[in-house]
Amino acid sequence: MEDRHRMHNFRSNTLPAIVMVGPVTLFMVLLVAVPLIYVAVMSFCSIDDNYNVVFQFTWKNYVRLANADYMKIYGQSLLIALITTVLSLLIGYPFAYIISRSDSRWKKLLYMLVIIPFWTNSLIRIYGWRTFLGSNGWLNTALQALHIVKEPVEFLFQRGTTVLGMVYCLIPFMILPLYTAIEKVDGSLLEASSDLGARRIITFFRIVIPLTASGIFSGCLMVFIPCLGYFFVSEILGGGNSDVIGNLIERQFQSGNNWPLGAALSIILIVVTLVLVKLFQKAGGNMEDLGM
Amino acid sequence: MGYIVELENVDKIYGENHVVKSLNLKVEEGEFLTLLGSSGCGKTTTLRMIAGFEEPTNGNIRVEGEAIEDKEPYERDVNTVFQSYALFPHMTIYDNIAYGLKMKKVPKDEVQERVLHMMDLVQLGGFEKRYPSQLSGGQKQRVAIARALINRPKVLLLDEPLGALDLKLRKQMQLELKRLQKKLNITFIYVTHDQEEALTMSDRIAIMHDGILDQLGTPTEIYEKPATRFVATFIGETNIFDGAVADVKDGQVQVTIENGIISAKDFMSKSGQYVTISVRPEKMKFRDTPTTDFTIPAVVKDYVYVGSIIKCVVELPNGNEIRIERLAGQELPELGTTIYPYWDMEDAVVIHGQEQEMLRAMDSIQFS
Ligand SMILES: Nc1ncnc2c1ncn2[C@@H]1O[C@H](COP(=O)(O)OP(=O)(O)OP(=O)(O)O)[C@@H](O)[C@H]1O
Ligand SMILES: [Mg+2]
Repeated sequence: MEDRHRMHNFRSNTLPAIVMVGPVTLFMVLLVAVPLIYVAVMSFCSIDDNYNVVFQFTWKNYVRLANADYMKIYGQSLLIALITTVLSLLIGYPFAYIISRSDSRWKKLLYMLVIIPFWTNSLIRIYGWRTFLGSNGWLNTALQALHIVKEPVEFLFQRGTTVLGMVYCLIPFMILPLYTAIEKVDGSLLEASSDLGARRIITFFRIVIPLTASGIFSGCLMVFIPCLGYFFVSEILGGGNSDVIGNLIERQFQSGNNWPLGAALSIILIVVTLVLVKLFQKAGGNMEDLGM
Repeated sequence: MGYIVELENVDKIYGENHVVKSLNLKVEEGEFLTLLGSSGCGKTTTLRMIAGFEEPTNGNIRVEGEAIEDKEPYERDVNTVFQSYALFPHMTIYDNIAYGLKMKKVPKDEVQERVLHMMDLVQLGGFEKRYPSQLSGGQKQRVAIARALINRPKVLLLDEPLGALDLKLRKQMQLELKRLQKKLNITFIYVTHDQEEALTMSDRIAIMHDGILDQLGTPTEIYEKPATRFVATFIGETNIFDGAVADVKDGQVQVTIENGIISAKDFMSKSGQYVTISVRPEKMKFRDTPTTDFTIPAVVKDYVYVGSIIKCVVELPNGNEIRIERLAGQELPELGTTIYPYWDMEDAVVIHGQEQEMLRAMDSIQFS
């Protein structure tokens, strides 16, 4: 920490600031600002009869988004994101707690178990689930072999399957900030609570949870927001029965071939994200926990 | 006499590290007992076993005659003041102090009354709505004490509670703690490695050394009749002489040490035994000639002034230094002269069974 600080001073004192900041700014402009503006502009464009984008201002894209069919999908997407977030929290919290309280040998191993999935493409892992759950998949084969069921069970293409895939993909984003927050809780506070007559469960709710609230906030945000956009999960596991906002966007750019409409949807998603981040900040969340 | 806390042959072993060794300790109800010892001697470990955060490897701990091995910390009628305060950072001072009462489901009105009263008692009135991060070290300290005391535990464990305070605040808090302890009539088991603090505050002191209880006694007993070589050197300043008993007669021993003969009053020694003799610097006397009881010459090397006290450093023929202490203005030998130190027989303490310690002391001498 100290060292990094000194290093920072050293650099900013000896190198002209512009040399350091210039390329970063250029990068940000080219890779973030320009595309964003492009999408924003496109969301107000029209299309001609051949689905070509024409630069003619219109509100029509946004008006179309207010249509009831879309509304249903926004609702469904928010619901899926909510359930995914709650499940990830309920599973992730105990897991993070156990990692943080185990001795160092186990700690490393458990931590790796959370990190390793990051190194494999999530698309591949989701296809793995499909193979596992399909009507000729391992699970059904095993269940039939054990005579637990006669006919293959339809595991796939349900809203629950989508949620399962989402939780599976996103739970590391829940566990990591939680783990960081729990690690920071001073063990003597837990002893003090116990000393003052609190049972473990009460200590947990009165001391541990409040002191890790910022980790909980950021974990929830890190799961909720991507969950609105992870179209491939609902596509592969939900088979079109449990679309999220991401599916709508993807479809407009692909098969629907209506780029302005897709752009308008993207803008909506970005706005929702910004609102949530703002709420997070208001609730006292630490932006650093989000990696910002 | 009923004992409120009893430790019986308590051992604590971490891996290969024997931290507390066969500890026997009986604490009387309402007393202020201090565990004193150098760093790492097992004081905190002992407290943690009484509080229930650590389990003894062997032995029994009883509170009010009742075994508590199987009780969780939250079931024990014992509270702790942590060295690091361990205040809950997300709660106000009021909520911190009220925590224990809320856990006991005390009615709200009573909680409020007792918290406010306790805050007055530790002179923190008006701080209810503040958070721990908005307090000074001394104020946090008092919150920690109030948070524990409010539960009216039978026993309060305090682990170096004043360690982080400056000298002035420390003195003030010492008096305050003592006052509270008397007023509320709670048994205190107090850990410190500050001997002065221990001597001024305690009813009794337990001196620990390497996980062993060396001596348990009143401050006066500990100071005037140290039971081991370690206690003698640890509490206050002293002059230590190791030697072998040469002669015993009429409740008096003559001891041969490296440079000659010294004597002391003692009924327990037998000829040929190794003993350690401890004499406080203020009890040291001197004259120009040897006698049959004291034959050691010494050269006056230096004077050290400490406030109104003068310490005279004299060197024995073997190079060991001893100290003679006087109030300023009292007579002392001149620099460079040779004197023969002696003392009144009853002013010397003869300590037995310290062969191990003597050997260790000899090992630590540096030969040049
Ligand atoms: N959890 C533990 N695991 C292993 N060894 C420990 C543990 N806790 C304490 N020890 C060791 O036990 C010994 C006694 O520790 P303890 O904390 O009781 O000392 P202390 O007398 O309180 O010292 P201090 O005055 O420095 O606080 C030390 O050598 C310490 O390293
Ligand atoms: Mg300690």
